[in-house]
Amino acid sequence: MKSLDEFVELFAEQFDETDASEITATTVFHDLEEWSSLIGLSVIAMVDEEFDVALKGDDVKNSVTVEDLYNNVKSKL
Amino acid sequence: MDVAYNPFSLEGKTILVTGASSGIGKATAIECSRMGAKVVITGRNEERLNETFNSLEGDGHIQILADLSNEDDIQHLVNEIPVLNGCVNNAGYNIMSVIQFIKKDNLDHIMNVNLTAPIMLTHLLVKSKKIAKDSSIVFTSSISARGRNSVGNSMYSATKGGLSSFMKNAALELAAKRIRCNAVLPGMVETPLKEGKSNITEEQWEINRQLYPLKRFGKPEEIAYGIIYLLSDASAWVTGTELVIDGGMTR
Ligand SMILES: NC(=O)c1ccc[n+]([C@@H]2O[C@H](COP(=O)([O-])OP(=O)(O)OC[C@H]3O[C@@H](n4cnc5c(N)ncnc54)[C@H](OP(=O)(O)O)[C@@H]3O)[C@@H](O)[C@H]2O)c1
Repeated sequence: MKSLDEFVELFAEQFDETDASEITATTVFHDLEEWSSLIGLSVIAMVDEEFDVALKGDDVKNSVTVEDLYNNVKSKL
Repeated sequence: MDVAYNPFSLEGKTILVTGASSGIGKATAIECSRMGAKVVITGRNEERLNETFNSLEGDGHIQILADLSNEDDIQHLVNEIPVLNGCVNNAGYNIMSVIQFIKKDNLDHIMNVNLTAPIMLTHLLVKSKKIAKDSSIVFTSSISARGRNSVGNSMYSATKGGLSSFMKNAALELAAKRIRCNAVLPGMVETPLKEGKSNITEEQWEINRQLYPLKRFGKPEEIAYGIIYLLSDASAWVTGTELVIDGGMTR
């Protein structure tokens, strides 16, 4: 299982305009200016590829911080 | 008034419907039987295909299991069926992926089911003369073939764009055999296909519904009625056409 730090890094990779330094475990990601449904789909695909976990749109919607999402992924392993 | 007058009747026609175990194909098979056709239905899931079979009106219908991603199954299907007057190439599915995460296996599979299978089925029907003169082939394409794009939908759009293009070329070629080819292009329809898009939340679906001028998604029968028009002699002078049925979305 990848660590929270590694997850944050992979999460940040899905953004093009937002600098990785702006994204930490406690970031409320829905508030990021660049956040969009396309990035949401990219995050779901990244989690599928890296963790072999199929997230639903609701999992992303209901997570507030990046760490929340990481914990959600962990709970599905 | 002649109560039996019905230019859309399918009386006397034998019609194959693929993807008949669910959604649009199921509604199409049932409505075709109600219009007097003998239907041959096919799908992969035995239980759900049987459910459709039991909902058909009249008798003489046939059900055949086939996985259309498998060439041998397509050949077997063609061997088993009687000569057709109509064929609805409807089986298909959607898998969402953003471009940087596309997997070759997924791409190959969706291409096989959504595009290669209808092409090969058409090929085999014509080659083995299992499709009569003056018959009609209908393809279930999508408004995504007409530039109604959305993120994560690129592989699916590619299959449907290919399908619409194939249909138009087939219409030209098969006109010599008096076989007509047309497509229906549905907008979003309330079917189990939606459940394959589990990365979309109910909230997003609702926003999407409101984008349609008629403020809702379609019902499977509403696509079936368009398919019936294209199968019936009412459309005898129509070939190579894309019939958009989308609640006004792409107007
Ligand atoms: N729903 C929409 O919003 C929408 C919009 C535009 C176009 N369309 C198109 O309409 C068609 C029907 O979709 P639907 O919404 O009715 O979907 P659906 O309810 O999910 O039904 C899909 C049908 O295709 C069959 N199928 C899938 N893969 C197959 C395979 N490998 N071999 C044989 N059969 C297979 C399924 O059979 P089994 O379940 O038995 O495997 C099922 O009968 C598709 O071509 C779809 O792309 C749908």
